[in-house]
This record gives sequence, C-alpha cells and structure tokens, in this order.
Amino acid sequence: MADASAPDPLLRVENVSKRFGGVHALKEVSLILYPGEVLALAGDNGAGKSTLIKIISGVHHADGGSLWYAGKEIKLDNPHQARAYGIETIYQDLALADNLDVGANVFLGREPVRRVFGFPFVDRRRMRVEAETTLRGLEIQINRLDVPIRSLSGGQRQSVAIGRAIHWKARVLIMDEPTAALGVPEQRKVMELIANLKESGVGIIFISHNLIDIFQASDRIMVLRRGSKVGERRTSETNSDEIVRLMVGG
Amino acid sequence: MPSVAPQARWLDFLAAFRAWLFLAILLITFEVWAHAVYHDTFLLNPFNISSIAVFTVTPLLLALGQTFVIISGGIDLSVGFTMGLSAVVTAHVFNWGITFSSPLVSLILAVLAGFTVAVIPGLINGLLIADLRVPPFIGTLGMYGVTRGVAYLLARGTTVPVNGSLLASIGNGSIGGFPTVVLLTIGIVLGMHYLLSLTRFGQHTYAIGGNVQAALRAGINVRNNTIALYILSSLSAACAGILYTAKFSAGAAQAGEPVLLDSIAAVVIGGASLFGGSGTIVGTVIGALIIAVIQYGLVFVNVEPFWQFVAVGVVIIISVLVDQVQKQVGKDGING
Repeated sequence: MADASAPDPLLRVENVSKRFGGVHALKEVSLILYPGEVLALAGDNGAGKSTLIKIISGVHHADGGSLWYAGKEIKLDNPHQARAYGIETIYQDLALADNLDVGANVFLGREPVRRVFGFPFVDRRRMRVEAETTLRGLEIQINRLDVPIRSLSGGQRQSVAIGRAIHWKARVLIMDEPTAALGVPEQRKVMELIANLKESGVGIIFISHNLIDIFQASDRIMVLRRGSKVGERRTSETNSDEIVRLMVGG
Repeated sequence: MPSVAPQARWLDFLAAFRAWLFLAILLITFEVWAHAVYHDTFLLNPFNISSIAVFTVTPLLLALGQTFVIISGGIDLSVGFTMGLSAVVTAHVFNWGITFSSPLVSLILAVLAGFTVAVIPGLINGLLIADLRVPPFIGTLGMYGVTRGVAYLLARGTTVPVNGSLLASIGNGSIGGFPTVVLLTIGIVLGMHYLLSLTRFGQHTYAIGGNVQAALRAGINVRNNTIALYILSSLSAACAGILYTAKFSAGAAQAGEPVLLDSIAAVVIGGASLFGGSGTIVGTVIGALIIAVIQYGLVFVNVEPFWQFVAVGVVIIISVLVDQVQKQVGKDGING
C-alpha cells in the first residue's frame, strides 16, 4: 500500500477456507473492499458466495485465514460482533417482522427505552421519528410508518431493510440478491439506493444472479467457482461473456 | 395513501373491532330478550354485572399468560392443570402454615408456594420448546398430563379443604362494593398490558411470533424469551389457582380443567392469531367477557346450559373467519 492516493481498504479477507464435513466450501479466498465501492460476487449455485458472506457477517467461523477491518485483524464469533464493527447484512428474506411497523423493524432487538417513574417503556415515538429521518435521508418514500410492514410493497420492504442497516451506521453492507423478488421499477429504486450509499462512503458487497444488475451497480466483479476465486475484473474492463465464462469454467 | 377499496376498509374496521362488536351485540341481545320475555333488565342489574365479572376471572387469568404464548407463535395446553396444581399446593401450605404461625404468615407462605410450584411446569415447557425443539402443542400436552397427575396425587384424588376463614374472606370479600378477586384481576390485567404493549419483552414477543429468524438475526435472545413466556403463562395460571382456593376454601386438581379451552378461545376471539404475531391484552379481556356473557346470559334467560357450548363455538368460528377474510381482502386490496 505504498500508493498514498488509494484509500485504506475497509475490509480485507485473507485466504479464508471453510469445510462442511467432507465438502470444501471455500478454498483460500481473499477479498478487498474499499469505502464507497461496490464489489459484486458472481458465481453459480454452490460456488461459495453464501459461505463467504456468512463468514464476513459472523454467522460462520472460517477454518483458516483472517479478517481485517480498517487495518486491524478482527475475530467474529457471532453476527452481533460483526454488527458492532458496522458490518450489516441484508439477507434475501430481509429478516423483517411483518407484523411490526417500520420503526419497530428498524430498531428490532435494539429498542430504545425511556423511564417513567422508574418503569421502562419502549420509546415508540423515538423509533418512528428516527426511522423516518433515516428513510428520508435515503430518499425512501413510505406512506404509512405506523402500520405493519406486511402491507408494504416488496421494494418498500427492501428499503426498510436497507434503512435499518444504514440507521445502525453500516460501513460494510452485504446484500444477498437484493433485487431478486422485485418488479422492474422497484429494482431500479434499489439500484438508485445502492448508488446513493456508495456516494456516502459505504462499502457494498453485492451478490446477484442477474448480470445486468451486476454490471449496472458494481465497480469490481469477483467470480467464485466451486469454493475458489477464479477471477476478478474491473467492471469497466470486462463484459458479461467473460464473466459467464469464468462462472461456468472452461 | 394506498388505494383501499371501500369494502376492504370496512372489513379492516370489522376485523379490528370484531370482539367489541360481538360483545355489544350479545349485551343488546340479552337485554332485549330479558325485556321481551321476562320484563326484566339484564345489563342494568348490578348483580348481573358483578356476577359476570366474577365469572370472567378464572378463564381470563389463564388467558392472560396464554396471550403472550400465542402471540409468540406457541400454545400452552398445560395451564388448566398448572392452575389445579397451584390451587392444591396453596391449600396444603396454608393448612401446614397455620399449624405453627398466624393466618397472615400462612397466607403469604401459601401464595408464595402456589407461585413457586407453577414455575416448574413453566420452566420445563420453556426448556422443551426452546432448547429441545419440541413443538409447543406436544410439549405442553405432555406437561398437561404430568401436572394433572401430580396435582391429583398431591390432593390424594380429592379436594383439599382450607382451615380457617382468612382465605375465604379474601376470595369472597369485596372492597368498596367491588369483589376483591375482580379488583385483583384488574391489577394483574394492567400489569400484563404493560408487559406486553410497553416493554421490550413484549415487543420481542411480537417479533418472535412474526418472524423468528428475523428476531434471531436482530440479536433478540429468543431462547430466554421463550422460556420466560412459558413461565409467565404458568404464573398467570397460578394466579387463577390461588384465587380459586381462596374463593372455594379448597384446592382442587381439576379446578382449571373446564376453563382451559375457554382461555384459548378468549385469546382467539380477542383477535390473536394462532399463527403468532398478533393479539392484545385488551382483546383477550373482551374475549373472556364475551364467553362469560354468553354463559351467564343464557342461564339468565333460561336457555338450556348446553347451548353455551354451541354459542361459544360459533363465536370462535365467526371470529376466525372475519380474520381470514380481512387478511385475504387486505392482501388483494392494497397496492403499495
């Protein structure tokens, strides 16, 4: 890192490996993510994309290799610790409680409490106001913040999940197939959101099957095949044919 | 605003207030019936109101803890006999205490024992469900059998009469014209409402019922929360058992048997979904009142008591149907 103009990497994954019984799910994979950068992970089913992001988000523990966050080596035993470093993950199923409103979802598991005569009360007003502020900052439009989010559209729900990650100061945002379940206008909205986050300096790891999305959103593309990294390209210097070739091999 | 068809909004309203509507319709029906047939008033008779309130106490107390469990997506079938176990132990300990101390001290010991013994089935339910992944229906059904057997064994197959009059004076007394058991129950209702609607514990209970994976990933301690829920349900049953012993001056193993299903019915009529994620204490109170009004009202207008079962059954079915229809229309009718 002699180049003074290059920013320090936000996240560095070095030679991580993971076995599940006899299956070598990940073989010495390395990755670097800079602030304000979108890194796309491409690969077929079973290529190791999910295993890799689960290691970064603290769900799985790597058998070998190391994780570095802002220049320091970190150990992640659970998702809580990852979150404490600002590594937030948005899963494909969004992990939202459909029966709760927007504020309750943004603050899920971290509800603020205010005391009245010594008794703790969940501070619903603060949850609603702060959730609204965060969403407005991301230019996310949601009409009703006080209804269960099951009445929101897929794109709005995706926005709530992103809003939650941002509210908790995500510096690294991992998104697993963020556009898979959405209609075309909503996909576009999510892609805009990713562009906004990028501008604010968040590093994004983006998993998708959709090469169009990958080429539209990412700065770099990393391709995994059968647990190994088989290539990495700047998005501006490659094309979908080359990426597909890397994905399927041969 | 999302565009909502007028009938969908009407249905939303109906679904949200269905328990209140049922209650109002029942009260009006019995009032009209009593006037038409017996030239008497149903509602304006303080004795009726007080009787219904006392009638509501036992199923409601079981239903309060059950509300939490059902919101979390579980069910507790053991509460009926946990109540019986608590009633029997309260009676025994009171009788034992009075042999060496004052009635007041024995009362305190008896109440403590009634609660403590209830923690055991609650804790075991919680551990079975949270740690050993036993489905709540099966785990608590097993505990239904265990508590039932133990309660009868402790009672030696009969009822355990309480010596002295202190317990009876609480169970049948009144303060300022209001039955003491009703006042105590109101206090417990307020406590449970606070716990469910205003604390993090309550919020997490809704989250677990809504999406347990989301709750886990959000860092909610689902295991401890689940165990606490089943203990709370048992403690709620213990309140019913202790008040039963106070009211009848005797502990009986079968005290809660006839009200177990009524308590679940009260929660469902009150708007909770058996799939978890929804329900309120206020709804459960209304649900319990509806059942009590049906049971008491039909007796009041001289209908054969077996119609009570039919009427409560019909209300449960209508209540769930309204919920289903509203969810279906809600899904189709709202475009985000």
